[in-house]
Amino acid sequence: MATEPLLRVEHLCQYFGPLHAVDDVSFSIAPGEVFGLVGESGCGKTTTGRSIIRLYDITDGSIWFKGQRIAAGTLGYRRRIAEARRRMRGASAEERAALSAQIAEERRQLRAAVHDHRSVRKDVITRIQMIYQDPIASLDPRMTVYDIIAEGLRIRGQHDKQAIDSRVYGILDRVGLTREHAHRYPHEFSGGQRQRIGVARAVVMDPEMIIADEPVSALDVSIQAQVINLLSDLRREMGLTVLFIAHDLSVVKYFSDRIGVMYFGRLVELAPADELFLHPLHPYTRALLSAIPLPDPLYERDRRRIVYEPRPEAEDAALREITGGHFVRCGAAEVPGYLREAEA
Amino acid sequence: MNQPVLEAKDLRISFRTPAGLVRAVRDVSFSLYPGETLAIVGESGSGKSVTCKAAMGILPGNAVIEGGEILVDGKDLLHLPERDFCRLRGRKIAMVFQDPLSSLNPIMRVGKQLTEVMRLSGVPAAEAKKRAISLLSEVGISEPERRYRQYPFELSGGMRQRIVIAIALAADPEILICDEPTTALDVTIQAQILELLSRLKKERSLSMIFITHDLGVVANIADRIAVMYAGKLVEEGTAQEVFYTPAHPYTWALLSSMPDLDTRDRLDAIPGTPPNMVAPPQGDAFADRNPYALAIDFEAQPPAFPITETHWAATWLLDPRAPRQEMPRALQERIARMKARREAQAHGN
Repeated sequence: MATEPLLRVEHLCQYFGPLHAVDDVSFSIAPGEVFGLVGESGCGKTTTGRSIIRLYDITDGSIWFKGQRIAAGTLGYRRRIAEARRRMRGASAEERAALSAQIAEERRQLRAAVHDHRSVRKDVITRIQMIYQDPIASLDPRMTVYDIIAEGLRIRGQHDKQAIDSRVYGILDRVGLTREHAHRYPHEFSGGQRQRIGVARAVVMDPEMIIADEPVSALDVSIQAQVINLLSDLRREMGLTVLFIAHDLSVVKYFSDRIGVMYFGRLVELAPADELFLHPLHPYTRALLSAIPLPDPLYERDRRRIVYEPRPEAEDAALREITGGHFVRCGAAEVPGYLREAEA
Repeated sequence: MNQPVLEAKDLRISFRTPAGLVRAVRDVSFSLYPGETLAIVGESGSGKSVTCKAAMGILPGNAVIEGGEILVDGKDLLHLPERDFCRLRGRKIAMVFQDPLSSLNPIMRVGKQLTEVMRLSGVPAAEAKKRAISLLSEVGISEPERRYRQYPFELSGGMRQRIVIAIALAADPEILICDEPTTALDVTIQAQILELLSRLKKERSLSMIFITHDLGVVANIADRIAVMYAGKLVEEGTAQEVFYTPAHPYTWALLSSMPDLDTRDRLDAIPGTPPNMVAPPQGDAFADRNPYALAIDFEAQPPAFPITETHWAATWLLDPRAPRQEMPRALQERIARMKARREAQAHGN
């Protein structure tokens, strides 16, 4: 990519005890791009989004936003230091010197990671805003719509009543609600309207990036399209960069420029949206795409579903580029095979 | 066609609420024929679940049945005493619910929940266990003996839904009502459950009512489709008729509002929200959101205009006096595109 990415996720690991929810996930998102993340429930796509806005302290890896490290994990450094210490025992003098130099270096980086992670300024993080899946659970039932939307502005230090008023009313109008709605409570609204409130709360902060976690899957069909249209209008007008997390592949395909497919905490394939649907390479992606039901009875009658049988991963499995911009998680030995398939 | 196994006639159901009487189902009539799958499509609040709960006799306490009948074997289910209904439920007609986690008892082993129905109908315990285990393997559950002793929380979402299906089938029903059985599941699991239901339907010659709002799922499973909006059926036809020659503007809107894999243009979202059913509109309930609405749509309910022997729609657009209205372009294009895709695939094979 020619331009500097807005967001760069490097080897992100998020472990919850023995559960490796996200394991070594790397990707970057260019300014103005919509990056879709798909996968089954439990594959770690939501955790990835939540780790990026620091709802969790990440276990390992780094997250860079606008060239600044906004989150860093330490597990890798600590492991390498412990490993080097073990090797110190019974090593020759020269090796010991090399190892202690290595330990010092790892320690320095660890300190830098901890420093970066702790000292991130709030005003950088709030440039990323999140839209949640459940429009009921994500709005405080005891706050008025006005307070829900204004909360972020107030926390940011905005106390001028008039300025807040004009921002809130402006945003309400922008997302298709009216001024009169401002002093009502969330339960007075329909699902689609509640999701609009969630969108308003995110965009009122004037973010550069939005993480939309299944923003339409809790909504009715006729309302889903309204919210999708609203998001794509806002994206265009505000020049937003979006991380779009969803399990509905048709919606993700429609909305995204590039798509990453996750399976069991790992990113198994990453490609431009059209390319991914045209030439899915990883067997899991193929199975996933073949399961999408399409609105056509005759097509459905003859549909052949591919069943995914997980195979053990190659020892050196990593995300490798097969053709331009199309990555698959595989071992080095598997690359030629994928390349043949991609060109077939 | 032969005799229907289930027939709903002029069904009218309302709910008492603090805000007034909510008219959930308004004059709904349909027939379910032996061995077919009838899909009822509609949004939440359209009355599709209420209709099916009425057929199962499990309406909540604040429901008022204002009229109509649901006939099974010549008996009207709406006026059946609970004692007699008990004999029908499970044996004649059974239901699979949307959320497998909340429809299973969390503190009862899978086996006990499976054999409950059989034990109630007097099957000896050993025989019931044998049948339950064979049912588990029939719905595609591996290691059925082990699963028999497990609790629902130990199973995955897809497996739980298989258990729910097995329980529904435990007393060998003829009619299976599925209320959004795949909505809570992932795409791959959804595909597996749909395949399972199709297979079971064939093997056990079930007649199925399938409630959903997902048009992809409908295309996969339905023989016939009834589209429901604001408590009324607005269009009914075979799957191919409803998908390839839809006639009601609401069906058009429903079909064109969701993106498929080739959609690039702005989506044709349906403006507004469904009407408040405490005071349903006088005319066509969809008129307010319908860009093709005629003046008469706001004044009078459209009758059902027949299109073919199996296809009808309730819209004034089909009245001979109305101006001719083509379906939206985006929808025409999709139908053509899908046709091309099918042909390309037929060529490829």
